[in-house]
Amino acid sequence: MLFAKLSASATTPALLLMAAIFAASAWVMPAWLAFLLTLAFSKALVVLGVVIQMRAGLVSFGQALFYCVGGYGVGLASQYLGVSDAFALLALGTLAAIVLALICGWLLTRYRDIFYAMLTLALSMILYGILVKSSALGSTDGFNVSPPSFLGWVPEGDAIKRTLYLLTVGVSAIVALGFHSFMVSGLGRVTEAVRENEIRVEYLGLSPQRMLFANYVLAAGLSALGGGLTAMASGHIDPDMAFWTTSGEFVFIAILGGTGHVAAPFIGAIVFSVIRTFAIQEAPNTWQMTLGVILLALVLFLPKGLWSLVERSKKREASA
Amino acid sequence: MSSILETRGLTRTFGAVVAAKELNVNILKGEVVGVIGSNGAGKTTFINMVTGYLPPSSGDILFDGKSVLGRKSRDITRMGMARSFQVAQLFPKLTVMENALVALVAAEGTQPSFLRRLDTPKRRDRADAIFAEFGVSRYRDALVSTVPQGVRKLVDIAMALVSRPRMLLLDEPTSGVSSEEKFALMDTVMAVVRQHGVTVLFVEHDMEIVARYVSRIMAFYSGEIIADGPPRSVLGNAKVQEFVVGHHLNVNAVLGATL
Repeated sequence: MLFAKLSASATTPALLLMAAIFAASAWVMPAWLAFLLTLAFSKALVVLGVVIQMRAGLVSFGQALFYCVGGYGVGLASQYLGVSDAFALLALGTLAAIVLALICGWLLTRYRDIFYAMLTLALSMILYGILVKSSALGSTDGFNVSPPSFLGWVPEGDAIKRTLYLLTVGVSAIVALGFHSFMVSGLGRVTEAVRENEIRVEYLGLSPQRMLFANYVLAAGLSALGGGLTAMASGHIDPDMAFWTTSGEFVFIAILGGTGHVAAPFIGAIVFSVIRTFAIQEAPNTWQMTLGVILLALVLFLPKGLWSLVERSKKREASA
Repeated sequence: MSSILETRGLTRTFGAVVAAKELNVNILKGEVVGVIGSNGAGKTTFINMVTGYLPPSSGDILFDGKSVLGRKSRDITRMGMARSFQVAQLFPKLTVMENALVALVAAEGTQPSFLRRLDTPKRRDRADAIFAEFGVSRYRDALVSTVPQGVRKLVDIAMALVSRPRMLLLDEPTSGVSSEEKFALMDTVMAVVRQHGVTVLFVEHDMEIVARYVSRIMAFYSGEIIADGPPRSVLGNAKVQEFVVGHHLNVNAVLGATL
């Protein structure tokens, strides 16, 4: 039923409208808000990678691996290959993550449950360890990423930030539309079936492992896009991008937003960024406690995330 | 008639326990074979081995003349041997229709696309036709977790038949189904499989069900087949009555009751 609802819903026009509103507001919103939203949307792309795996019944505690690879891919291509175009940089970062995912996925998709979660965590921490020990890449300090150009155009001053914000909105909109289609596609639905009953999928003549592998690679690509956009927006990358607490943040946002709709991770990421910004400002030494309390409240009262509030109001409207 | 499933010296041990001992089975195309045996006799082990879920310790399995040894369950399904389960194996948080759609996309033989939709009018029409055959149309939009056990069993078997297999293995199709519903369920299933000309092998504890629907019975005991033949001779066999049925069985009464 959910499937029928999704396909018949107004999600596509709603996503386009939201993208247009966010894009148009680039000229009126303050710079700090544009920056916050740029990072929030970038995070949402990574979270979509987490969500795609959650829908298949797997939790990744190491999605920061691909976030970091996307970021470093952009940084390294910019610094060492002399690539400055934002689109080419994003493509290179994403390609690097996909190649890595093709290798890691072969191993990971043989595992389930806590073993999968721990292995994803282990792989991200291996990358973290390598980066920390790599003095050529700035070790724990990382290195700065030069502002990119956009198809030959080099914006200056505030225009660079606005352009990056618009690029992030554009990429997010395209990904969101694609993700929405994926959720109702053959592969998207079969991976949900894998979550429900792997044995049955196998006895229907399909390989659950192959489905999960495709899912994993797709998740890696999405997360790398988020990492690449973050690297360009913040102008800096460091090994913390691969640290386990970064992965924890992505899982947090996935739970905060929910997994029921493509918009959920975006809502989760925006709310998370706002809460974190204000929590750090108001309680710089205990902001993690604020997040912990919110997570506890979520698990207790909104186990299906913020999106369940939208679903509830929809149901109320339908029954009224 | 030619053979569709043949096993040669099929053996499976679990440590010191011999779950299947030198099984030589030959199922002919179009047969409806019942497999009986007490708990632990090796019936499900046999099904699990021929469907690729469990590797045998030794021996060979031929499906339509080709060895399936070492093949994965999904490959054997694609070759034309499908199965249902003692406990219906479905996708509980999806609707009955969604379950069927997944089975249909799997039966198409290509990998599910991440670009093309799962829910297409063509697949829905096919699913509706299957639901009508199995008499479960009224449950099509219900979540599987909410439908009665008998319906789940039917959907489980329907999903196995979606790929149009040449052979169907049913593991206790009436287990968990009330005694009032069991004949109706089997009547529905057998009507469909006969219509499609599918060879059937089913494991069953209920002698009335076995006697009514099969043309041949294989009786398992302690990993061996102790009797194999028409229902009257197998059910009348003293060893079968002692080790499988557990009491004296009035064969005429059982067979008569089912006629």
